[in-house]
Amino acid sequence: MTFLKSICLFALFTLGLANVQAQENLAEFADLPLVVTDYAGLEPLFQQRNDTTYVVNFWATWCGPCIKELPYFERLNREWKDKKVKVVLVSLDFKSQIRTRLMKFLEKKQLESEVVVLHQSNANDWIDKVDPSWSGSIPATLVYNRQKRAFYEQEFYNYEELVSIVKSFIKM
Amino acid sequence: MKKLFGLIALFAVSAAFVLNTSAPGEGLDIGDKAPDFKLKHIDGKYYSLSQLQPQVKGFIIAFTCNTCPYAVKYEERLKSLHAKYADKGFPVVAINPNDPEVKPGDSFNAMKETYSNKEMNFLYLFDEGQKVFPQYGATKTPHMFILDKSMTVQYIGAIDDNVENAKAVKNTYVEDAIEAIMAGNKPTVTKTKAVGCSIKVKPVNRHLLKKKASVSN
Repeated sequence: MTFLKSICLFALFTLGLANVQAQENLAEFADLPLVVTDYAGLEPLFQQRNDTTYVVNFWATWCGPCIKELPYFERLNREWKDKKVKVVLVSLDFKSQIRTRLMKFLEKKQLESEVVVLHQSNANDWIDKVDPSWSGSIPATLVYNRQKRAFYEQEFYNYEELVSIVKSFIKM
Repeated sequence: MKKLFGLIALFAVSAAFVLNTSAPGEGLDIGDKAPDFKLKHIDGKYYSLSQLQPQVKGFIIAFTCNTCPYAVKYEERLKSLHAKYADKGFPVVAINPNDPEVKPGDSFNAMKETYSNKEMNFLYLFDEGQKVFPQYGATKTPHMFILDKSMTVQYIGAIDDNVENAKAVKNTYVEDAIEAIMAGNKPTVTKTKAVGCSIKVKPVNRHLLKKKASVSN
């Protein structure tokens, strides 16, 4: 757990994420080994300007197709690390299920990709800020780097579908 | 003569439905005429908006399902909406858009069970063959469309602003839209967004979902 926590703190540092609680009181999750934040705290994740390509997947443990495609994101994170691809899994789990259902799931699955939790009750306040084309359904994935940005409100049915998109972001 | 007028009115209404429907796949926007449909309720009978239209002042169309946790959390609030507004001319018409081959929990039989277990009070229709949701441009459950008497779309989006806690709701988007229409006004807020479950389609039918990647360089 300490190891996990140090990874998360490192990620927190590199992405500039902070437990900002302007909108929501999320102090009760301060002891968890992952970032639980409202949109303001997560915003830096969508505005990194470096040589990394970010693949930000919105998911939840209650979302069947999300769970199905998680292995593709894990594999992408593993196999494309050296090409500077970073996967971040943004959980939209219910606040009441973060400590129970989500943490249990993460403990069981031991995901290698970074996981952060976004909780802000009124999604109408932040969905458009992630991408105006997003209606709010999940799974949904944002891929971006300094040159290009794309949003996919869809599920990926296999690894190749996901890779072909990431390839288009990277000069091979 | 009265009969003739009735017939003409019926034709006019039918014509309005035919002429003003949007092309499938594009979905509806505020101000568009909503397309009519004829779908099966859990009692096995078919219902259409045009058949109900003479008795109503509008519709609260809810794309929803049995299985999505977001939809489940809104079940009671949908019942309350129907209880509050059906008598005032705005019935809830719920439509399950999911393909039961992808999501067995959203089969027609499962709908019947949910309906009786949850003691639902509104029409719960099955979008058999997934013909209706693409015309509306629904992408998720729950996804609300509020229509006025002329079948014009006045509001698209969320029921309210807090899925997890009905008591902590600050903005009752759907109620506000209906109250505005009843008062003869346009809703102040016409579009909102909320998280929801994607509508379940087979991979070969993914074109039914209005999902083009938005790319910018």
